Amino acid sequence: MSDVLQDFTTKVPHWRPRVMPIKLEDATPDQLEALKVTPSNTKVSDYVLVLARDSETLRERTPLFNAIMYNRGGMSRAERELGAVGASVVNRCVYCAAVHASRYNVLTKDEAVMERIFADEGKTELDPRQQAIFDFSVKLSQTPPDVSKADMEGLKAAGLEADEILDLVLSSALFGWANRLMHTLGDPVENED
Amino acid sequence: MSDIFDTAAVQASGLSKDHALAAALSGREDILTMTQQAHDAALTPDAPGGLSHAERAALACRMARLNSEEGLAVQFLAMIGSDTVAGQIADPGFTSVADTRLAAILRHTDLVTQDTKGVVAGDIAALTSAGVSEDDIVRLSELVAFVSYQIRLTVGLRLMGEAL
Repeated sequence: MSDVLQDFTTKVPHWRPRVMPIKLEDATPDQLEALKVTPSNTKVSDYVLVLARDSETLRERTPLFNAIMYNRGGMSRAERELGAVGASVVNRCVYCAAVHASRYNVLTKDEAVMERIFADEGKTELDPRQQAIFDFSVKLSQTPPDVSKADMEGLKAAGLEADEILDLVLSSALFGWANRLMHTLGDPVENED
Repeated sequence: MSDIFDTAAVQASGLSKDHALAAALSGREDILTMTQQAHDAALTPDAPGGLSHAERAALACRMARLNSEEGLAVQFLAMIGSDTVAGQIADPGFTSVADTRLAAILRHTDLVTQDTKGVVAGDIAALTSAGVSEDDIVRLSELVAFVSYQIRLTVGLRLMGEAL
């Protein structure tokens, strides 16, 4: 459809499902638990209402996602967002890329990095540490994954410690998961709000 | 899951308790434990719907093989059991299938595994036309998406073990 966004952007689009979301009023107790619906939190996105069709996986996915992206220690939150964007560029998930590029921009107050990534799509020139992080994420996101010992040496040379490399593996791998839901089960369209 | 070294991803990576990286892994014990819980929800759910446990293990094995991830392929293969059709599904070369619904599931699994960016609205419509219910479309999508994560986590952990 012509209104589907094709180009990367830092303005978060609207997500239009290809599979019918469940209706909240019809949700089973298991689905409500997975949706984390409480009397004070009744606003649920169409995306999560689609995923509620598999409530067992959704229930596990939400806390895991939050832990990988937001838990204390290890690699900085902004650099985890950079890992998320690397995967999202490979898988061309315009929606995920927009959400995580905009979070990166808020955290770093620097819009130039994402502008460069979206302009060049993977052939970007960044500072050495950002470059090592972005390149690793892009390589891990290939099928089959295309990472080698040399890439690991590159991360070490760029100053990443083992706990930071683990967080980079986790955040990049996580978007191998998220992109395969967001990009296949719906379309990013202009946000009219 | 009391021990992260017993989780499927860490097992397949070959990392053990006595490796220098054990401390870094322990620092993310919660994440590795939740990863195993997600594995169980995607591979052996209480309510599997139209995708049996054997079929799920077979599709996961097929995906691991498409990613040249032999460690996970062996794990998933062992979960299939004696189901003959599932044994065939696990082989990425098995593509010409008389059953329309199964053929559509295999095509979609291979496409999302290998060429996520190439997936279009018509690919979801094709599953519906082949008789895959909307609930099963989401179940299949979560399985393929989770296994894609598990593969990259395992590859990353193994590489860390070799290089750090």
